[in-house]
Amino acid sequence: MTDQALDHVARGGFWRGLSLRRKQVVWAWGFLAVPILFYALIRFYPTGEAFYISTTNWNLLTKPGFVGLANFKRLLGDPVFWQVFRNTVLYLVIGTPVSLLLAFTIAYHLDRVRFMHGFIRALYFLPFLTTAAAMAWVWRWFYQPVPIGLFNQVLSTFGFPQQPFLRSTTQSLPSVLAPAIWAGLGFQVVIFLAGLRAIPTTYYEAARIDGVSDGTILRRITIPLLRPTIIFLVVFSSIGFLRIFDQVYNMTSGDPGGPLNATKPLVLMIYQTAFSSFDMGYAAAQTVVLFLALLAVSLVQLRLLRDR
Amino acid sequence: MSAAAVGPRAGFGRAVAWVLLLAGGLAMILPLVFMFSTSLKDASEVYDLRLLPAHPTLDNYVTVLSDGRFLRWFANSMGVAVVVTLSNVFFDSLVGYTLAKFEFRGRYIVFLAILSTLMIPTEMLVIPWYVMARNFGWLDTYWGIMFPGMMTAFGTFLMKQFFETVPNDFLEAARVDGLNEFAIFWRIALPLVTPALSALAIFTFLSNWTAFIWPLIVTTSKELYTLPVGLSSFAVEQQIQWELIMTGAALATLPTLLVFLVLQRYIVRGVVLAGLKG
Repeated sequence: MTDQALDHVARGGFWRGLSLRRKQVVWAWGFLAVPILFYALIRFYPTGEAFYISTTNWNLLTKPGFVGLANFKRLLGDPVFWQVFRNTVLYLVIGTPVSLLLAFTIAYHLDRVRFMHGFIRALYFLPFLTTAAAMAWVWRWFYQPVPIGLFNQVLSTFGFPQQPFLRSTTQSLPSVLAPAIWAGLGFQVVIFLAGLRAIPTTYYEAARIDGVSDGTILRRITIPLLRPTIIFLVVFSSIGFLRIFDQVYNMTSGDPGGPLNATKPLVLMIYQTAFSSFDMGYAAAQTVVLFLALLAVSLVQLRLLRDR
Repeated sequence: MSAAAVGPRAGFGRAVAWVLLLAGGLAMILPLVFMFSTSLKDASEVYDLRLLPAHPTLDNYVTVLSDGRFLRWFANSMGVAVVVTLSNVFFDSLVGYTLAKFEFRGRYIVFLAILSTLMIPTEMLVIPWYVMARNFGWLDTYWGIMFPGMMTAFGTFLMKQFFETVPNDFLEAARVDGLNEFAIFWRIALPLVTPALSALAIFTFLSNWTAFIWPLIVTTSKELYTLPVGLSSFAVEQQIQWELIMTGAALATLPTLLVFLVLQRYIVRGVVLAGLKG
């Protein structure tokens, strides 16, 4: 489109009269025209609208009325919100350290393995390529009571008591978290492997000559040099756990959010408020809370990267 | 690789580590193995947790595929993911290239503005997008599923970083030869960053193939569902017929796994590239 327009102009004398530098500027804005329109309409305008809707009592049917911060006050007094807030924080503070520790341990040892290295790496990486909505059903099946569920069958074979898993208020959150950790682990392993490989071997050789033990090398060389990788993965996986939805929606579809909302994360609450209750203003206020949480994580990242 | 410790004890420790790594890796794919093996079992055999079905059968696949819905969802997902991927590969590169290689006033502001959209989570935008789709009649259409993802700041940033490594001399030489700026981008610069392009394509395709919340919101008729949304509604219908649910899940998982087996090296490299540079 721009191409043609510019060609058309080029046939006239105007285009030929422009300096090379000027032509470059015209090309640049020509290339950016459609993308700028896209970002303005599909990113910036909706962002503003989300903030605006959060200050209204809009329910899709009537005209939105301005209510100020009433939606946020309502959130503070809503026990479901606090339950959801607690769940979301739990997903984050359990999911991130557990998955990072597992991924680092695997990558650290896999890095020293030559025999079948590619094959073993592929085993860990495969779950990352799966569809969360599909695998949620596989895990849900594993969690069923005997004689259906794998986990309870194994427990009963070894004489352990049956576990309720998804039916329990205490076990359901970790049960939903497990497939999320499982699916993300492979990504973290390959990123750690790349980070480990980027550390110059001369550091290790020098330490070795000085007779430094493996544990000290790990603490004094490997981990400090992996700092940027670790910060990236902490932020990346924190954002992922804060936004958890697919697994929860599919594993608790009969009773969305689990028994007594025991597994309900913020995004599921947003989804239900907006698209089951059509309480758009209240849902938008919840998205603002999600935005603030993600903003806080990103600010912590910037801070950590600067402290280097 | 870290230097090897010598001696039989270290060798033994390594052997143990290797065995544990392999065992852990096999445990990782256990859910996939069970999913595929159950999809090959008939209903009477489902509760028998043997890994290999005693009487493997493709009946479940025939049942699931015969009502046509799955093929439709499969095609919907494939079409949506391919179109969105092509759009991202084209526009993200074009914008990344312009921001990396052109000098003009306002460049930095455009870059910062695009970058700043990374701070806005999708979930915050689904309500305004829904309103927009409703007003424009995009609800329950393919365009409705696709429009939010046609360009991404992530892809733009990734491509910008790669175009910065392309030497200006190449571009100048093409300019002297009389190529126009679009031809320079398309024929000279783009082929020089193919690793980044494939990384972007892999990442975009994967995230659209597995996307759930937005297609769930924007589609209401079953013909328009993408595979994850369709599978979810199918599984709710089946409730206890786990062998059919596993077959559906296997169909959703199979394409990405097959592509991975063929292109393993590129995919791992692409994901690392996208992860570290993006």
